Amino acid sequence: MAEGRTIELRVKRQDGPGAPPYWQSFTIPWKPQHNVLSALMEVRTNPVTTSGERVPAPVWDASCLEEVCGSCAMVVNGQVRMGCTALVDKLRQPIVLEPMTKFPVVRDLMVDRSRMFEALRRLSVWVPLDGTYDLGPGPRLSPELQQFRYALDRCITCGCCLEVCPQVHRDDPPGTGFVGAAAIGQALLMNLHPTGQLNKDDRLDALMGPGGVASCGNAQNCVEVCPKEIPLTHAIGEIGRQTTLKWLKDIFAR
Amino acid sequence: MARPRFIVVGGGLAGLMTTIRVAEAGFPVDLFSVVPVKRSHSVCAQGGINAAVNWKGEGDSPWRHFDDTIYGGDFLANQPPVKAMCEAGPGIIFLLDRMGVPFSRTAEGLLDFRRFGGTLFHRTAFAGATTGQQLVYALDEQVRRHEAAGLVRKFEKWELCSAVIDEAGRCRGITALDLTRIEVQAFPAAAVMLATGGPGMVFGKSTNSVVNTGSAAGAAYQQGAYYANGEFIQVHPTAIPGPDKLRLISESIRGEGGRVWVPRDGRPWYFLEEWYPTYGNLVPRDVATRAIFKVVFEMGLGIDGQPMVYLDVSHLDPAMLERKVGGVLEIYEKFVGDDPKKVPMKIFPGMHYSMGGLWVDYAQMTNVPGLFAAGEVDYQFHGANRLGANSLLSCLYSGQIAGPAMVAYAQGHASAASDGVFEPEVKRQQQAYDRILGMDGPESAYVLAREMGEWMTANVTVVRDNKKLAETDQKLLELKDRWGRIGISDRGRWANHDVSFVKQLWNMLELARVITLGALRRDESRGAHYKPEFPNRDDARWLRTTRARWTSDGPQFSYEPVDVSLIPPRPRKYDATIGAEARG
Repeated sequence: MAEGRTIELRVKRQDGPGAPPYWQSFTIPWKPQHNVLSALMEVRTNPVTTSGERVPAPVWDASCLEEVCGSCAMVVNGQVRMGCTALVDKLRQPIVLEPMTKFPVVRDLMVDRSRMFEALRRLSVWVPLDGTYDLGPGPRLSPELQQFRYALDRCITCGCCLEVCPQVHRDDPPGTGFVGAAAIGQALLMNLHPTGQLNKDDRLDALMGPGGVASCGNAQNCVEVCPKEIPLTHAIGEIGRQTTLKWLKDIFAR
Repeated sequence: MARPRFIVVGGGLAGLMTTIRVAEAGFPVDLFSVVPVKRSHSVCAQGGINAAVNWKGEGDSPWRHFDDTIYGGDFLANQPPVKAMCEAGPGIIFLLDRMGVPFSRTAEGLLDFRRFGGTLFHRTAFAGATTGQQLVYALDEQVRRHEAAGLVRKFEKWELCSAVIDEAGRCRGITALDLTRIEVQAFPAAAVMLATGGPGMVFGKSTNSVVNTGSAAGAAYQQGAYYANGEFIQVHPTAIPGPDKLRLISESIRGEGGRVWVPRDGRPWYFLEEWYPTYGNLVPRDVATRAIFKVVFEMGLGIDGQPMVYLDVSHLDPAMLERKVGGVLEIYEKFVGDDPKKVPMKIFPGMHYSMGGLWVDYAQMTNVPGLFAAGEVDYQFHGANRLGANSLLSCLYSGQIAGPAMVAYAQGHASAASDGVFEPEVKRQQQAYDRILGMDGPESAYVLAREMGEWMTANVTVVRDNKKLAETDQKLLELKDRWGRIGISDRGRWANHDVSFVKQLWNMLELARVITLGALRRDESRGAHYKPEFPNRDDARWLRTTRARWTSDGPQFSYEPVDVSLIPPRPRKYDATIGAEARG
């Protein structure tokens, strides 16, 4: 039954930053349980295009292959998602693979998402730890709060939420572009922790500055594409509330 | 001399912890990783992390944790460092809790603990079923804090080429390849940490991430670092078979009540519960894996004749499952399509972890002075078989002690490195990549890797046979020979994956020989190393640590005694009805 069945991939390629993009097609034999990444790996063992030309194998980012490392986000058939969980048998063929558009292309399907890590730095997403020596147990937390924080902390920094956000642009100036839903979720994660709250104001100050929470245009696309179903719009709403309170407090403190 | 700089290679839990500890001591760190550190393989750890806090009032203690770990490891681990790790466990959990890890909680707001394999105690703290990811994130945040303060520089998407070793045999830094620009540079350091993870890709398909090639360990081994107990490879009993990898289904599933069975005479047969009444589904991984192999291959009872058994949670409360193991069940549902809350999962054992690794002393330093190792890449804590939820602990503990040990080492050896050692090493490494860029033979590196993985999985995992081990070594020699006839598809010098992979493949083949020949020589069965020809543990001959030293003619093996000064070795019998093994 599987005889002769094939998988066709159409890959948007780009040799480097600034190089013009071009398209190539690859055809591999069908096998059960293929996902987009395992299909690309198959292409890599013998990188010959459908028209018979031997070419350098396409390049992509991947590591865990089970949707927890966040590496392999790409645009599959026009929709941003993780390549590892994009199962071939559930996709229309030819399967069209493109790099994300809101991040600079390094090469082919590989993009540079360092602005996401930079956003975490801008928002001081950390607990101000005294040190790593043993200072006894941490604070108590209700199971309800823990479960909400856990839902936020499942973020894999894949960038899908930035890809679909109308407020995010590839040429945003570094350090002032919209921090994006993922980082706002992480800021809330820290603001909800009893010790993380101690430097809550640092985060809120940054979130009230350029590229902060006011840049959100409320398109609500982020929550639609998040592979981990993180309550991103809820997080943005809550951070909006916290910044408003902080703004009022700052006025009265003057 | 200026304030000493330190290098950490690897951004998983062990590397991040080392980085934090060195930065906390006030010293600058250069942190290298093949992926952005947040994407390291530690994120794949699911079930939890062990620490004997006895918060369930069961009479647990660090000593019992120590005893379970030594017994589970079939007495092959040196005991003093394992004892120290178990004693540090509670402090490490508290530290993570202070960092803001969203550990699951009890009604009183305290940390919750669950059961894991190889113990009768609730000892495993967990954050849903994505504990490793939550831990990496917490440590990543602390490293970012030190980065913002100017103490840490990150080199992400850089790969280790080699340690730079001076005339006196001391490690003085590294050479590393920028994976984007395909350029080699040297980085001096007062001490170097390798926290580069395990060698899963040597087995082709495993539960590991594709970045777990073991290449860095292979490089250090070829430069004179000993590789210890390489033959001890853990095969996890429950993974989803797949064309690209074997996706882990965490032991926590069984910790929360999941049951393993096969149909027999039209009814479910819970063979682990029948054979191991005390531990049931939570026997150690090597024991569970061999039981599944017996049921499938000797008794022919795999599901529909296929190499698969059921892992069943469909009898458990769906809300509890969602809360405590939702992250794992989601992986099954996304890749297989069935909802495990309704339909039993179909699973099979898959290569998971290397107990062996670079030989280190009790301060985590390899035999190359100044070169340290921590995490899965070292051999220190798990003996012949690792207990579940001990790996996150060993990563963090080894990083925690190695950071200060590196600082202490540097202060004892403060002489400046002669610049003369770096330039020739950079040249040597760059030439190696240039040669690879010119390779135009008929062989594909990816095909060679696939063959290596198939042979290693078939012959050097669960059941080992001396004839097949010897044949596997011949196959590895053939693959090394064919390596010289590789042709690469990509000759560019920009983000070229092929060029680094060809180099990694060579290092993997070197390690594969260490694993295979170590197994061939060890004529006994111990922990994960099982030879039907030699079914018993043989303490008189083999209560020894294997140490492999690289030579151009292949690995040279020596054996050193194991420190069993704290718990005298006793027979390992998980089928005994009541656990004498739990005695403190």
